[in-house]
Amino acid sequence: MKTYIIRRLIQGLLVLILVSLMIFIAMRMLPGDPVLIYISQEDMQTFTDDDLMKLRKQFGLDKPLLVQYVHWVAGLFKGDFGKSMHYDMQVSYLVAKRLPITIHLGILASILSILFGTFSGVVSALRRGKHVDTFVTLFANLGITVPVFWLAIVMIYFFGLKLGWLPVFGYTWPFDDFWMSTKQAIMPVICLAIVPLSGTARQTRSSMLEVINQDYIRTAWAKGLPERDVVFRHAIKNGLIPVVTLIGFNVRYIFGGSVLIETVFNIPGMGRLLVDAVFSQDYGIVQIGTLIIAGVVVITNLLVDLSYGWLDPRVRYN
Amino acid sequence: MSQETAAMNDFEENVYQSANLRRFFRIFFTRKIVIFGLFIILLLLFCAIFAPFIAPYDPYKQDLRSAVLQPCKAHWLGTDALGRDTLSRIIYGSRTSLMVGVVALGIAAIIGMTLGLLAGYFGGMVNAVIMRLIDAMMAVPLLLLALVIAAVLGGGLSNVMIALGIGLIPAYCRLMCGQVLTIRENDYILASRAMGARNRRIMLAHILPNCFPPLIVLVTMQLGMTILAEAGLSFLGIGIEPPGAAWGAMVNDGYKYLLTHPILSIAPGLAIMLVVFSFNMVGDGLRDALDPRLRGAI
Repeated sequence: MKTYIIRRLIQGLLVLILVSLMIFIAMRMLPGDPVLIYISQEDMQTFTDDDLMKLRKQFGLDKPLLVQYVHWVAGLFKGDFGKSMHYDMQVSYLVAKRLPITIHLGILASILSILFGTFSGVVSALRRGKHVDTFVTLFANLGITVPVFWLAIVMIYFFGLKLGWLPVFGYTWPFDDFWMSTKQAIMPVICLAIVPLSGTARQTRSSMLEVINQDYIRTAWAKGLPERDVVFRHAIKNGLIPVVTLIGFNVRYIFGGSVLIETVFNIPGMGRLLVDAVFSQDYGIVQIGTLIIAGVVVITNLLVDLSYGWLDPRVRYN
Repeated sequence: MSQETAAMNDFEENVYQSANLRRFFRIFFTRKIVIFGLFIILLLLFCAIFAPFIAPYDPYKQDLRSAVLQPCKAHWLGTDALGRDTLSRIIYGSRTSLMVGVVALGIAAIIGMTLGLLAGYFGGMVNAVIMRLIDAMMAVPLLLLALVIAAVLGGGLSNVMIALGIGLIPAYCRLMCGQVLTIRENDYILASRAMGARNRRIMLAHILPNCFPPLIVLVTMQLGMTILAEAGLSFLGIGIEPPGAAWGAMVNDGYKYLLTHPILSIAPGLAIMLVVFSFNMVGDGLRDALDPRLRGAI
């Protein structure tokens, strides 16, 4: 077990190094000179070639690629994430401001998808072939195919513009104004959660169906246990194990979805920051943002793998 | 072996194959939703191929006098800000979706399958290197990965195809690798090696053809997902350039007129959803018909 954890940690670290390298190289291959973007906000005319060189030197762009990479990584360990050329601010400051917003909405979406996904999956498996099963299956199949940006717009139209129940854009930190924050979060959270929720429901249904056909469940019924006990004490424990695997996938999806959802709802989170950074060729932000997201995904997957063995002692690590 | 027994074997083989085919069709066409999906996909293909003949108007022709019209007899789904017919643009948009989907998947499948084949067959260091690379790609959300790649390559539809193609490699590589790991343990691989076959021949002639059934299922399901991802990218403004028609970009264009003309956003979005749903359902049907054991695995 110990060697397994150590090996997985090393693997995770390796993956992060690879991600950082890939992103770093990709960003350096971008067309256009980043220095020109920086000065275009100031006065283009007064800049001479010498000034440009000075700027390149200031940002470290005059050194060989490998040196730039090592510099950048060393800076990361010192907490120096570099400077955003577009915003003319420290990247760490921007990330610290934006990331909590995405994480706040992401956690709400995860909770929603896990609770509703497993619940509807279990109900649908237990009532196989009944109306509720047909409904859940259809809903789940539609849910994994809906374009989330479109769902967001349709919701804005009905609940925001037509019915006027919910604000159509913006974000408020829950500690500032809890009621407003909740109202603003409802639509983005549902949109972020819809795909993971549907995926979880599908997975739960199929693994529950597998479990309830097993001998020990028949034994539980034969003993004369009420349905509640059969389901909650025997079936659910094993039926939900494969669902845990989905959590890693869901985290990755929610971060990806936030790119779209934050754009539609005008939420100043990490997703929006990244889209804007890609369009304005802001190296630093894209590198750090992608690395942070990859880090969260890698750590989640590691925890999922480790918890798997704890949940199911039959799993042997090797 | 006499000629008679050889003919007998051929006959048995034929009977076996046609029975398999019958079983395939029987299972595939049982579920109504799968037939519905197939119908929609055929409709999509029809629209994409015969777009100029079906579309009531030229999808690129601007006519400011009839800009942002409500749905009416002349324009069933209304017109956009430049007076272009929404229905015609949706019909032409099917070409964009299908083309991006097929090309991106082609790129992903070829590279992913090759990497997976190598990783699974040779194992050891080769496997470790390829799989870590794939892990690294899988740590970044597909949309973000495609966004970054598309930014590096520059806009344009062909670059979106490449970006999505690269982003989708991991799924093929992993599935292929898993397949190869089980298939290479079979006795016929050992037999072929004993007869002196080289690695390349074993991989291409014996392993590759046996990997196909689950890959066909994956391709069908991912075609839908690729169309969805393309829609997401074009919604953000990456990919199709004006005046080209793409469903995701149409949803975004219509967003500005949401209060007065919701149909401009809702109609292309519905098209995306219907098509993606259909590919998923047909993929489900194919999986059940080809190999029911894959249920839950793909």
